Amino acid sequence: MPFALSTERERETADIFSRYPNKLAACIPLLHLCQEQNGWISDEVIQFVAERCEVSTAHVQGVVTFYTLFNQKPVGKHQIWVCRTLSCALRGSDQIARHLQKKLGVHIGETTKDGLFTLREAECLAACGQGPMMLIDKTYHENLTPEKVDKILDELTGEAK
Amino acid sequence: MLKPVQILTRNYGLPESWTLQVYQSQGGYQSAKKALSWPQAQVIEEVKKANLRGRGGAGFPAGIKWSFMRPHPTKPAYLVVNADEGEPGTFKDRTIMERDPHRLIEGCMIGCRGVGAHTAYIYVRHELHLAKDRLWAAIREARSAGILGPRPFGVDYPVDVQVHTGAGAYICGEETSLLNSLEGKRGEPRFRPPFPAQFGLFGCPTTVNNVETIATTPSIIEMGGEAFSRQSELHHLGDGGSRLFGVSGHVRTPGIYEACIGLTLRELIYDLGGGLPEGTKLMAIIPGGSSCPVLRAEEIVNAPDDKAILHPWHGKSILDVPIGVDTMRELGTMAGTTCAIVLSDKACPVRALHNLVRFYAHESCGQCTPCREGVGWMGRIMGKLVEGKGSIEELDMLYDIASNIMGNTICAFGEAAAMPMIGFLRKFRPELVQYLHTGGKSSTGGLAL
Repeated sequence: MPFALSTERERETADIFSRYPNKLAACIPLLHLCQEQNGWISDEVIQFVAERCEVSTAHVQGVVTFYTLFNQKPVGKHQIWVCRTLSCALRGSDQIARHLQKKLGVHIGETTKDGLFTLREAECLAACGQGPMMLIDKTYHENLTPEKVDKILDELTGEAK
Repeated sequence: MLKPVQILTRNYGLPESWTLQVYQSQGGYQSAKKALSWPQAQVIEEVKKANLRGRGGAGFPAGIKWSFMRPHPTKPAYLVVNADEGEPGTFKDRTIMERDPHRLIEGCMIGCRGVGAHTAYIYVRHELHLAKDRLWAAIREARSAGILGPRPFGVDYPVDVQVHTGAGAYICGEETSLLNSLEGKRGEPRFRPPFPAQFGLFGCPTTVNNVETIATTPSIIEMGGEAFSRQSELHHLGDGGSRLFGVSGHVRTPGIYEACIGLTLRELIYDLGGGLPEGTKLMAIIPGGSSCPVLRAEEIVNAPDDKAILHPWHGKSILDVPIGVDTMRELGTMAGTTCAIVLSDKACPVRALHNLVRFYAHESCGQCTPCREGVGWMGRIMGKLVEGKGSIEELDMLYDIASNIMGNTICAFGEAAAMPMIGFLRKFRPELVQYLHTGGKSSTGGLAL
């Protein structure tokens, strides 16, 4: 079935296109908008964005595969990105990543069986002074300890029930 | 010398510092009003006098960059703000966008005047959701107050600002890659020439500046370029004013601090960063983001020639040299974003290097062969070395691979990936050799304390 945006998001597309002198430039913002709704970039989403931006699906596919944040397959409800780069590593991000894997019962890159969390490693997220840190969906969680991680995850799990 | 100031950060502590009301109550937008009433050349002249060196890492004088812009008979000009902060160790621009977004918008208005543009795009990395929200809210406030729009302050010079986001690619912090990304393409760097000032965004004359660079311009217009520059101890080297310094890693109070240029590494680590945790000693510093070659704590300045930039510090510890674009270059490293990563003697240099090599291996865009193949190769060798396997010959091979990336790529990512490798190999060779000889047993442990 062809992909379609919700009425509310559809309204947003007009605003997005108005920011640029051509349609192609809207490609990345449109992909974000679609991913927000769909969770990942399916072939149907690529088709949709290509038509809207008046470019080939090959172009959109090229864009999708270039950027880390576009999910090329379905992911969990919550996206966990734990930073592993030097400043965070110096403050214990290894321990946080191990704790997350143990607690969720998944390896880096995997999604929990209940489909609630996808755990991934991130490269520097510009929070070096507050490491170790992780990004969950749209929120930065900083100065992490294993206890703090537990509390954050328990809250998110609680909400889902 | 440590001279803390609150110029860029003056609103940081105020409640609701991100709102138009608070920003204007602190005199906000007066500089933009002034700059829009000036001729373009005067704006550029003031920024030149300020000796504002680009805050994104390269340290190019902003006023000179602006003067490269020539009006095109048919095409518009653009100002693009690089807010794709992703250099490991760097976390300063985020504070500006989150806590004082109006300062950046005001800077965009001044920048637009300076380069002859009417539209500014702020390219924010997608992960910085709060920064994006605060910027959009600030833009909406400024538009409805008539500050942004067809006639800001009644002056016939339309200015609008847009926010654009990437999708997770370090390379998009490289200016031509950023432009491609903004155009809706893969973020692969472009050949230069043509430079962005001739053929930039959508093929139009474009200037790309860092967030902090642009956010500093309101203070320059307010104080006057000369007065701004003279705050710096390196004013005579054309490195003016005050800037944000960051410190992370093994220090007690990591964070972002504003100070006049002239601040030394020692002051950054011990006075602002609170020194190292109990029971540890300073081993090494990466002065301005992960791409800057590492310095060892015990290094001494060697500049006997009295004409050398570093001569005043000849024979002194490198920790006592002011952090400036030229002083750090003379030390064989870079001031970069002046956000330092501090490693204590409890950190294993081999693991630190492995951590950084993994970063570059992940982030190469893959366009140029030396970089694409080189960073992966270095990553594989380091993966082996960190396990205590591998040979001395492979250390030399790492040096060769890094040297073959340098200068052989379209963009500076190649250098950025090679320099930390070469830096560690030069400064930590005894430790690397020892690590190999003992099969990794000589390691001081991991990275965290």
